[in-house]
Amino acid sequence: MPASTTTSQRELLRTLPGDDIRQILWKFADRFDLQMLVQSVRAVARGPVARLVAQGGRLTHDWTPEKNALLAEYDAAGITAAFMKPEEGGYLEGPKNLALSLIAFEIAWVDAGAATGSMATHLGLAPIHERGTPEQRAHYMSVCAPAPGQEPKRAAFALTEPLPYVGVETGLLSGKVRVAEWPEGGEPLLEVSKRGRFITGMGFANIVSAAVESDDPRLHGTMMVILEEGDPGIFDRGTPTKKLVHQLSSTSDPVFQLKVPASRIIGGYRVVDGRIVPNYDHGAIIEAVFRRTRVTVGLITAAKLLSAVEPLIRYHRDRFRGSGAGAPGSPRYDLGLQQKEDVTHRLLDVWATGEACASLGFATARLFDDLDPIEKEKDRVLAEQGITGGMSMVKALRKRSVEAIEYLDQRSRSEALRNKARYSALAADPVIQYLALDAQANVLCPATKLWNTGIGSRMMREAVSLMGGYGITEDCPGFLGYKWIDTQLEATYEGPEAVQRRQLSLTMTSEVFLAQFRTWIHEMRRVAANEPGTGACTLASAMHLWVWTLEHLQQAKDANGQKLYQSNRQGVTFPMADALCWLLASRCQILDVQRLRSEGAGAIQEGFEGTVQFLTDLCHIQASRAAGEVSRICSELVFGYLRHPSWDNAPECSTCFKEEELQQIESIIPGASGFTSEYLMEDGTHSTKAGPCVRAEGLGDFTKLRSKLDGCLAGALLAKDRASESLQKVMIPAALDYPQ
Amino acid sequence: MAYQIIVCGGLAPDPLQTLEPVATPAGPALKNEMMLPAVFDPWASHALYEAAHLARQHAGSTIKVVSLAPKAKLQQVMMTVAQKLPFELVPLDGPGGGFTDAASVASALAGAIAAIPGLDKSQLLVFGGWESATRGAGVVMQMVGEKLGITEQFLAVDELKVDAGGALVIKERVEGGRHQVSRCAAPPAVLAWATGNLPEPANHPQTGMANMRAMMPALQKAKAASLASAITYAEVALPAVTRQTRIVKDVPAAEIAREIAEWIKQ
Repeated sequence: MPASTTTSQRELLRTLPGDDIRQILWKFADRFDLQMLVQSVRAVARGPVARLVAQGGRLTHDWTPEKNALLAEYDAAGITAAFMKPEEGGYLEGPKNLALSLIAFEIAWVDAGAATGSMATHLGLAPIHERGTPEQRAHYMSVCAPAPGQEPKRAAFALTEPLPYVGVETGLLSGKVRVAEWPEGGEPLLEVSKRGRFITGMGFANIVSAAVESDDPRLHGTMMVILEEGDPGIFDRGTPTKKLVHQLSSTSDPVFQLKVPASRIIGGYRVVDGRIVPNYDHGAIIEAVFRRTRVTVGLITAAKLLSAVEPLIRYHRDRFRGSGAGAPGSPRYDLGLQQKEDVTHRLLDVWATGEACASLGFATARLFDDLDPIEKEKDRVLAEQGITGGMSMVKALRKRSVEAIEYLDQRSRSEALRNKARYSALAADPVIQYLALDAQANVLCPATKLWNTGIGSRMMREAVSLMGGYGITEDCPGFLGYKWIDTQLEATYEGPEAVQRRQLSLTMTSEVFLAQFRTWIHEMRRVAANEPGTGACTLASAMHLWVWTLEHLQQAKDANGQKLYQSNRQGVTFPMADALCWLLASRCQILDVQRLRSEGAGAIQEGFEGTVQFLTDLCHIQASRAAGEVSRICSELVFGYLRHPSWDNAPECSTCFKEEELQQIESIIPGASGFTSEYLMEDGTHSTKAGPCVRAEGLGDFTKLRSKLDGCLAGALLAKDRASESLQKVMIPAALDYPQ
Repeated sequence: MAYQIIVCGGLAPDPLQTLEPVATPAGPALKNEMMLPAVFDPWASHALYEAAHLARQHAGSTIKVVSLAPKAKLQQVMMTVAQKLPFELVPLDGPGGGFTDAASVASALAGAIAAIPGLDKSQLLVFGGWESATRGAGVVMQMVGEKLGITEQFLAVDELKVDAGGALVIKERVEGGRHQVSRCAAPPAVLAWATGNLPEPANHPQTGMANMRAMMPALQKAKAASLASAITYAEVALPAVTRQTRIVKDVPAAEIAREIAEWIKQ
């Protein structure tokens, strides 16, 4: 029966979730500074940015005056200054990861390229912010902060590997630095040569953080150097990149040949045995930068998925209005395409994925906000012990990981079962806190980047397809076609998917992370015990299956005796990373809705019950999809490397019946011969299949877990039917709040 | 001269939302009204922006916004408005829809204004919209003025200037697309603004931060306004939308334009 004909007395979703709901879901209901930021950014996104897209601003890859005019809008909205501390010209206190994520989300709701462009200066300044000297930070942050009567400087980030197909590994840098002059007792003057490629923000940047490597015996290793427009030499912005995506972001291939003082080395330097040794190599700086900025990229895709919901509902519902084919009040007029279950179910998949993407991304951003001060405190504590970085830091932290696991174990227990004194001691130790959070961050950051952009890209295609041919026109409401193609860049820049999978394959096997992950299984069971319809139980079963599979793969060998879980066996490690991402996203989504359920009742004045029920159903839908993916991946990996038994291998046929034996059994107990298809016929041939069925020796537990998981899917599609009814009845605005 | 400017302004549902009147035990309301995003009333916004301009021109001037609205909604709206100019919020928690009684709203606003400590009528200018975007009664500001004992009242104001002698030179809309210019020697005065003629102030996040630090506690302490009303509504409905389409072929554009012009003149 089509869902369109069902009615219920339950509370349904009455309007699309508004700011009050989102603030609780994404945990910034108590942050009026962020709420203000969201409003001002939204006004820019749905005003000047949307108008420019609608006017065809994306149809050229050149950096036009119209695109450039957006920079002033970003300044006025507080986007540019959001990165700075109040004393540097900013206005937000504390860590900025959630703030920047919200900015990216709001602008990407309309155009992802604008989101990237609005934050190009943040990326350019990030190396200075993370690893610059106090003097560098104070100077460059303040000159880039908008102030009355002062045009802010703008920054770009120039990494760049060598051009492909030139016989050079992409791990190498294309920029070089030499000592041009080194006056006696004075500061060295460096000569920097760099040809950038695909550099964001180069159409307007005045300051560039460039990654270079030494081409001089008097300089050690790699480093990042600050270049300024106006330095002696060549500061050529280069030709615009002929990209097909993110057209409201400036991208070009610049050329630099500049002389700069050595004080421009980010993080400073020391002179050792007559050589200039940078305090940070470029890798250390990039790691600190990208592990934060990748989260915002994931949220860009999340925003696009959620932004597709309203225009799709409107398109489906209004599809036949005005045609005369259905009178007002008829199902055809009122519901349009929403009469068809396929339409609502597919849109629910898009919506559920968008919610999961957003939950994962914002959870990760908040995690980095928590991690930032703890990381500084950890550095301070270890510095007091004479440990300041490099391998000594790695070794010191490794020694404490057992205590971190103990802390996580204690934390997961009820208070009655905790060793209170021990728990308090561990909880107060910044090194332990750092280890616990860092293990999560090392997984959640690449997971956000990988899953949000990868799966998000696929689901964005689904959203476009739900708009029919309209989806791939410039007139498509919500710019869905543009949003779809843009996702491919989001999946690529700041480290393509393979890089994220590679990182995950290493970090997800950390004992600290796995200890945490095991406590999350219990956490989901507890949620399920209190709120059975959330999909949390399904997810817990899937998480259990994943952990079992990981442990199995780490020990198991393939049919040729080769170890399965190893660094270069990406056919094993990468799918496990993919599977983990599904679980993490679904978990974050469930936890967000749990927060709404517990904190929202007093704050949301109308329609709360229906909203929570709908979002819970989306959790259930997503959890079941995650469980399905995990189940498929784990089964493929567990069984896929086993050799299939063969009729030719006599030991494997040792349990085959003879046909006449089966006939005898059948004569005694009719029907009993059907229990096996493995028998030898009179002519010596076997039944028509590849060989005896696989006997899962040693895999009984896996089979039980998988079978249990199959059962856990019960109710998931009932949740989809419920949510489908909401989709048909939810009230949407009369028109989109940005032009098309 | 420094002015004490009070701006009265409520909320209106975001105009893009689907607005559907429904009957409730408490009288008519909009469907899902509390769930719809809201904006600061557009007419009151003009008054606020003009107030910002006036305050900038006259050092020492202060702006207070007295707003009667559901405080949760008001908090959301202030996240945007507070970034435009420095002001203090005097919130009154109450219904903000279009079905309240103008007289009771005026009483509540006048009471809140009268209770503001340190109010000096010799500096007082009471601003507001000439009507609300929700109710459109067009009488609240006059009643507020009367209740406060302010008899210098100007309606549909488009411009305010202060001359060299400190007198207020006020341009009001009158019939036929004309303006009436009045001179008011000094405050107190009530100005109910039409569109004004000054642009929306530029966004300034730092101002917003400073405003919200004071507004959040004020919103939490906002007193509930009791709006007694004897009004009963026989019926509420959206304005009927009529579409009269005529399909014509082979008619020159000039002829179509002439016909449309004739129709407009009717």
